[in-house]
Amino acid sequence: MPSCIPVRAWLAACMLALAALCGSPAAYAGDDELSATLIQFRDADFDGKTELVEKLVVLDNPRVAVILNALSDSRLYFQEDPGRVVIGLGDGSEITIEDAVTGAALGQVGKRDLDRITANNRLRSLIEDRLASLGLSSADPSQRRAAIDVFLRNPDPAGVPRLQARLAVETDAKTRQLLTVALALADLANPDATVRAKAATDLGGQLQPEIRGRLAKAAAEDSDPAVREAAQRALSHTQFRLQMLGWAETLFFGLSLGSVLILAAIGLAVTFGVMGVINMAHGELMMLGAYTTWLVQQWLPVNWSLPVAVPLAFLVTALVGIAIERGVIRFLYGRPLETLLATFGISLILQQAVRTIFSPLNRSVSAPDWMSGTFAIGPLEVTMNRLVILGFCIAVFALLWLALQRTRLGLEVRAVSQNRAMARAMGVPSARVDALTFGLGSGVAGVAGVALSQLTNVGPNLGQSYIVDSFMVVVFGGVGNLWGTLVAGLSLGVANKVLEPWTGAVLAKIVVLVFLILFIQKRPRGLFPQRGRAAEV
Amino acid sequence: MIKNLPKFLRGALLTGALALGATLAHAADTIKVGVLHSLSGTMAISETTLKDTVLMLIDAQNKKGGLLGKKLEPVVVDPASNWPLFAEKARELLQKDKVAVVFGCWTSVSRKSVLPVFEELNGILFYPVQYEGEESSRNVFYTGAAPNQQAIPAVDYLMNDLGVKRWVLEGTDYVYPRTTNKILEAYLKSKGVKDEDIMINYTPFGFSDWQSEVAKIKQFGSAGKKTAVVSTINGDANVPFYKELGNQGLSAKDIPVVAFSVGEEELSGIDTKPLVGHLAAWNYFESIKNPANDAFIKEWHAFIKDPKRVTNDPMEATYIGFNMWVKAVEKAKTTDPDKVIDAMVGIETPNLTGGTAKMLPNHHLTKPVYIGEIQADGQFDVVWKTKGLVPGDAWSDFLPGSKDITADWVTLKCGNYNTVTKKCSGQNFK
Repeated sequence: MPSCIPVRAWLAACMLALAALCGSPAAYAGDDELSATLIQFRDADFDGKTELVEKLVVLDNPRVAVILNALSDSRLYFQEDPGRVVIGLGDGSEITIEDAVTGAALGQVGKRDLDRITANNRLRSLIEDRLASLGLSSADPSQRRAAIDVFLRNPDPAGVPRLQARLAVETDAKTRQLLTVALALADLANPDATVRAKAATDLGGQLQPEIRGRLAKAAAEDSDPAVREAAQRALSHTQFRLQMLGWAETLFFGLSLGSVLILAAIGLAVTFGVMGVINMAHGELMMLGAYTTWLVQQWLPVNWSLPVAVPLAFLVTALVGIAIERGVIRFLYGRPLETLLATFGISLILQQAVRTIFSPLNRSVSAPDWMSGTFAIGPLEVTMNRLVILGFCIAVFALLWLALQRTRLGLEVRAVSQNRAMARAMGVPSARVDALTFGLGSGVAGVAGVALSQLTNVGPNLGQSYIVDSFMVVVFGGVGNLWGTLVAGLSLGVANKVLEPWTGAVLAKIVVLVFLILFIQKRPRGLFPQRGRAAEV
Repeated sequence: MIKNLPKFLRGALLTGALALGATLAHAADTIKVGVLHSLSGTMAISETTLKDTVLMLIDAQNKKGGLLGKKLEPVVVDPASNWPLFAEKARELLQKDKVAVVFGCWTSVSRKSVLPVFEELNGILFYPVQYEGEESSRNVFYTGAAPNQQAIPAVDYLMNDLGVKRWVLEGTDYVYPRTTNKILEAYLKSKGVKDEDIMINYTPFGFSDWQSEVAKIKQFGSAGKKTAVVSTINGDANVPFYKELGNQGLSAKDIPVVAFSVGEEELSGIDTKPLVGHLAAWNYFESIKNPANDAFIKEWHAFIKDPKRVTNDPMEATYIGFNMWVKAVEKAKTTDPDKVIDAMVGIETPNLTGGTAKMLPNHHLTKPVYIGEIQADGQFDVVWKTKGLVPGDAWSDFLPGSKDITADWVTLKCGNYNTVTKKCSGQNFK
């Protein structure tokens, strides 16, 4: 790792030098005024800084946007000696700086030698608004929409002519639609009552809270009864859409929680369900998978790390699983209590080993860009990482099912689990099959760990928080049945999320557990009990 | 199974004997300092750092020639995040090892569990973490923040500087969040906030599926009034919470979250991109520029041999507590608990942010309060601070049960004195 830092610094320096060569920083007429304003940032309080930002925005200087962005990202510093404002690039205690006014590279300095010019949230919103409203004629449609969003948040009548002018030339469909909404919002303040009523009708079904607020105000306070009625109708239209969306959202949350439960449980469905081994170290195998992701991210760029981490985590945890099976569990077949104690011991050993090797602190696993943000399914915005994990869960399930149904190993696994003695008589090497099955289940747990690293803490305690849930899903679904695990995971997830808004998170969990206890009382073998001779043993 | 049991027992006995041997081997002419922080289990993530901090301070003190002409000797035990074990280990430290002082505990429940032991055996405990208040023991010195030194100023900042009108009090379901939220709810209502503008949610320990909770916050915040979340979410549940906030597109500009349990150390395990701009209230931030702080950070990096390790508020509280104890022992010229306890009140030592911490008669400290915004590099930028130092208040003025109660170990000699009925209850109750 240490050898990387100079390389990165060298690269940064190269890029800066290149930038300086390509376009040597041009001196603008306003540079003196710009640096004079910038210096004042040093002693200004947040109110002072607000004024200074307003001053900067009106300066016609291309550096202004760069400087404001740097201020917003907390990369703007004051350098005591020789008393100038600089922009810092990169992380770490040594950073590369450039002159804020000219953009000239100034080399590397220690971070503690610089005074950061701080920004707070109010200042950041102001900067974002000012920069965004400059973007109405930008070439990038998303920037144009950001500019319209600023107007939606704070409809300033002075901005209306600019929006109308833009609508006349706008080609992007989404932006056009947003523009119409913005203009309708402006029309709500029109002196003509028919225009107001039409605007209110047009705004029905728009979900932005600002628009809802305006409509509610119009419904209550407008002088014209027709406008009030139109606003009321529009509001109930919005309300209906909101409710539908709420249900769809809850369903997605439930499916997504279900997919996490399935991922956590599916490896256990193999080791516990098919082999009958109570593996208390299952959670720790997931933890190892998550740590593998972290290790991969130390060497590969974040965006590529996950596709590499998945097979690697499978390999690592499958090997650990086989080692556990060969080293401990194979001596304990048929003795569930001892297996439980031994694997519990292994889980503690693995936890403490990770604590010793990687420190008890959590490791930071970054999310790749393609897993951040939201994805719109119609009006429903779902979070990208949950969607990817849902798809990933389905893929893992399908692969595992195929492996058990369509491969030689799967056939042998099923044969051994149904009748060990008979399978051996038919020439199935049962010891080898046991080891490979346990390895398969453990490997799947490791793959689940890669997914979990995107959702929760990667630390020594990761496994503990999922072990109870995984057993719950497997037992509820019916031991020895993969489909049972799928149905159980999804239904527990959805039930939990439907309950949560009414009862709160703590009570929802309790209610689900109580239901499970009652259910197991009634049907001890779960949703899909295994039939046949093995089930009778 | 029965066959295996004796072997297992024998192993346990052997380990015990080894540990015993190790402690007896040291010479007698030292002052023993107990360190009671979990080194394994769930709380190891936070507490291991404090163990290292105490060891660093002891090391530095020994290099300066020790205390009263003797070397300090650390006695480190591992209560393994197991609350009853905390009490056992505390007893072991006080009775068997005869330590002069103990630095330890993180969670309130561990403190409550060792409290009777320290009171019975007359030991001294320095407790370095922010907590819910409603306690003052003669044998405990609380060097972390009381609610009026963290929660109340943070709410004041949100209300006055950011104009927040609607409040979500989001916490993990245990004693610290419940008590703090009770205090905050009473405080907000006293400031004229209506019932429908306060939403209180609790989630279980280690909660990781925040989708519905965040959707609920989003909906609550879309009522047209500025909304903020006051988070008493405990350690590990924070990462998925902030990740979900980021994923659902709730930035600090829309709905800021102010947290009381998220510091530099917790952030070092998180991808901080989605968190920038969210707030935390503490009495110390690593980013505060000050010669004392610079020196402390340098010393820490040298001691831990890792320039990437951060410092945080409970470390400063440990630093202050340790220096106060050293001063009190020097003043009392003995490590006798009664004399040191009497010498403690009124002791002043510099804190790491340029001010002075003073031990008050209620065994709490004077502290400055800072509000910091999370930066992309996992550090905080201070955006607000209290004008002067805030004296810690053991018994909150905003709870009906504790309004009239004060703690004073100098004149009243009582930690739970009711000013209306003029009665002392709890410890020293006669």
